[in-house]
Amino acid sequence: MYEHDVLIIGGGLAGLRAAVEVTSAGADVAVISKVHPVRSHSNAAQGGINAPLTDRGDEWEGHAYDTIKGSDFLADQDAVEVMSSEAGEAVLELERMGVIFSRGEDGKLGTRAFGGQKVARTFFVGAITGSAILHVLFEQSLKLGLNVYEEWFVTKLIIEDGVCRGVVAIDLKSGEIHTIRAKAVIMAAGGAGRVFEPSTNALICTGDGLSLAYRAGVPLMDMEMIQYHPTTLARTGILMSEAARGEGAYLLNASGERFMEKTAPDYMELASRDVVSRAEQTEIDEGRGIDGNVLLDLRHLGRSYIEAKLGYLQEVSVEFLGIDMAEQPVPVQPGMHYIMGGIKTDVNGATNVPGLYAAGECANVSVHGANRLGANSLLDTVVFGRRSGVHAVEYIKGVGAHSKTEEDLASETARLQALLDRPKGERVATIRDDMARGMTKGIGVFRDQTSMEGALTNLKNVKSRMGGFSIENKGKVFNTDLMFGLELEFMIDCADAVVAGALTRKESRGAHFRTDITERDDENWLKHTLMYQDDEADNGVRVETSDVKITQWEPVKRVY
Amino acid sequence: MADTKQETMHVKLKVKRYDPADSGGKTWWQEYEVDIHPDSTVLDSLIEVREQNDGTLAMRCACRASICGSCGMKVNGSAKLVCKTRVVDIAPNGEQMTIEPMGNQHVVKDLVISLDTFFSQIKRVEPFLQPDHVPAQGEYIVSNSSMENLLTSMNCIMCGCCVSDCTVLEVDANFIGPAALAKAWRFTEDPRDGKRDERLKMLNDEDGGMWDCTRCMKCVDVCPKGVAPMDRIMELREAAIEAGNTNTPGYHHTESFYKSVKKNGRLDETRLAIDSAGWTNLPRLLDLAPIGIAAMRKGKLPPLMPHKSEDNQKVKDLYKSVEDES
Repeated sequence: MYEHDVLIIGGGLAGLRAAVEVTSAGADVAVISKVHPVRSHSNAAQGGINAPLTDRGDEWEGHAYDTIKGSDFLADQDAVEVMSSEAGEAVLELERMGVIFSRGEDGKLGTRAFGGQKVARTFFVGAITGSAILHVLFEQSLKLGLNVYEEWFVTKLIIEDGVCRGVVAIDLKSGEIHTIRAKAVIMAAGGAGRVFEPSTNALICTGDGLSLAYRAGVPLMDMEMIQYHPTTLARTGILMSEAARGEGAYLLNASGERFMEKTAPDYMELASRDVVSRAEQTEIDEGRGIDGNVLLDLRHLGRSYIEAKLGYLQEVSVEFLGIDMAEQPVPVQPGMHYIMGGIKTDVNGATNVPGLYAAGECANVSVHGANRLGANSLLDTVVFGRRSGVHAVEYIKGVGAHSKTEEDLASETARLQALLDRPKGERVATIRDDMARGMTKGIGVFRDQTSMEGALTNLKNVKSRMGGFSIENKGKVFNTDLMFGLELEFMIDCADAVVAGALTRKESRGAHFRTDITERDDENWLKHTLMYQDDEADNGVRVETSDVKITQWEPVKRVY
Repeated sequence: MADTKQETMHVKLKVKRYDPADSGGKTWWQEYEVDIHPDSTVLDSLIEVREQNDGTLAMRCACRASICGSCGMKVNGSAKLVCKTRVVDIAPNGEQMTIEPMGNQHVVKDLVISLDTFFSQIKRVEPFLQPDHVPAQGEYIVSNSSMENLLTSMNCIMCGCCVSDCTVLEVDANFIGPAALAKAWRFTEDPRDGKRDERLKMLNDEDGGMWDCTRCMKCVDVCPKGVAPMDRIMELREAAIEAGNTNTPGYHHTESFYKSVKKNGRLDETRLAIDSAGWTNLPRLLDLAPIGIAAMRKGKLPPLMPHKSEDNQKVKDLYKSVEDES
């Protein structure tokens, strides 16, 4: 039996930032994660973190507006105001903790340009910004003596009388299942990229946190908003940071034309990600690509510049494709990268279930709306990670003693045993691949009624097979085979919500681009989609909508 | 993916298995064969095994892009991050590849090692910024080059390959290890840190500290991220000496080496051993006695009077030119 004031699920940037806050407030906190914190997917963020620093002539309203325009006016403007106005201090605080941000001549933090913004306000460490920040937050966790349940896999949230009171989790190293009680739980378990194939996301990004909250009665919001990153490496699907274009790289078609001129003459390669991905896909679909790719050309930047500022990209390009970026353009294509949708929270990370908070990619505050700006995801994690920590500490002051029930432990133990006891059936990976390929096919860069209905039909077929997969590994120690089965169940929940949201939204907005309804419809669809798990509803998902919060920026046509 | 080529490659693997639950822990070798895309990595082939062949195989992997550090293992005897190791580079003609868990760390199951060894080493170097003063607002003002310098160490993804293949850790589990020392360097070189001297003294004085590295280069060879831990350790040594930490066997060893080659053009091994121990350090000198006797019995004892090289003027010239340069 384990007990903590606050339990944080996930050891990435949002989770560790929340943990630093809760520890500093003197509360007893623990982090639980299915991987060691430094293995978290925050590592993969390359290009940087946005912040409008007023002492160098920027202003938070400018960043807020770029974010809202980038979101195609689906972001809640009160939430964006919070993020933008707290951004400067959030980044400076990371620097003071030890992050080795790049500097200007004056020794102060320097910036690079990023997409969807005319002001260069992206702070960075080479092309390893996420990793460099994650490792520093991990250093801080060691300094603070943070308690971490490393390689523990959460299978269920404990909800009593509508209040979140802890979790049930498997210690992967021993295979034992335990209850961990907490007065508040902060979900910071990352995204759900593996619902799609291919994806830039790590194999661990299986939507666990989204599904756990969804099963506990929390709505998943705007799940149809899937970001396809414009530059993923041909064949491998590995992310090639937007920093390449931020530093001046061109996108070329087979004839060597900078095709962004046609769709974004002002911003060119640095238009919003959804805009660039659609332009690339159009080139490819209309026969101006090269084997399903376009070219990312950095040659004019020169070898020394590439190696100093984009070393990791050069490493990946050489080692995975054998291409020296200083000599040759790199073939890239749009690839599933990020999920704007997620667990609906307020600006303090609170969900509709008391005691349950969420932050980072699994959450939807909403600051990214229909399309996230590059370098806003790291910002989101630290700003709302911190805020959820602050508010969880406030919340637990009004919570009495820990609950004592063992019902969830017993029911989860029985559920997992039943999975292990299944007769030999289909492989988890086979079902997973069928689901994920169907999702990419139906909910892609471009989508229409037919493709989305195809995704739904495929998903229903996949779900009908879910009772028939089996777990080959019957052992206890490090049984990842069992974990992959449970992850697939989580991914199916996320896929349900994505498809339901996509079929509901009868307009094109940001990443949700329908070739059968190509215009944005502010009159009817300046709204969030809210997906609730509901056995009574079609395919088990009930969809509601809510109005977008507009504070000071009226929606206008989005032009780059 | 638009890649429609159906071409595949036949991959043969021999994997070291371990199951702690099997009557007190059983180790065995298991062979697998899979057909995958010709550009695949070793990790791709192991995932194919795990997903389509044998769900009981345990290993760690996450990002597939050499940034999370999960998938360190031994391939044909040498530690590698398997997500960035292409099969064609290891087995160009379809040879069988041998896959084992990393070394110098306790095996949990199959290819999964315990992270405790690695992270307990990291914790020994107090791996967090310890500034003398924190700016009340804004950031520390430091040069860009001082931050870019630290990138070498911040590129470390804590995969543990260097710890796996470290030849010192193989015989001395108390060595702080290459990764932790490279991490320590990241703080001694950080102009924002206020504990440089204390850190250098600790790493200099501590048993298992910076002087225990034997410069075998293994960590430099196997590091998949160019951290070159041994180079960082050598920089720590120089910094420690410059900071006045000269009363250690490590420093005496270095100094004796330097003087003897300068004087004779050759290494005086007898004197090196005694100098390193310290002429007045009786316990350490007594420790050397059995080694000396064993060496004598085998006819391996170095001469008591050093040989001089025939023309040590060239060596002296070399010393002079290097010293003039620095």
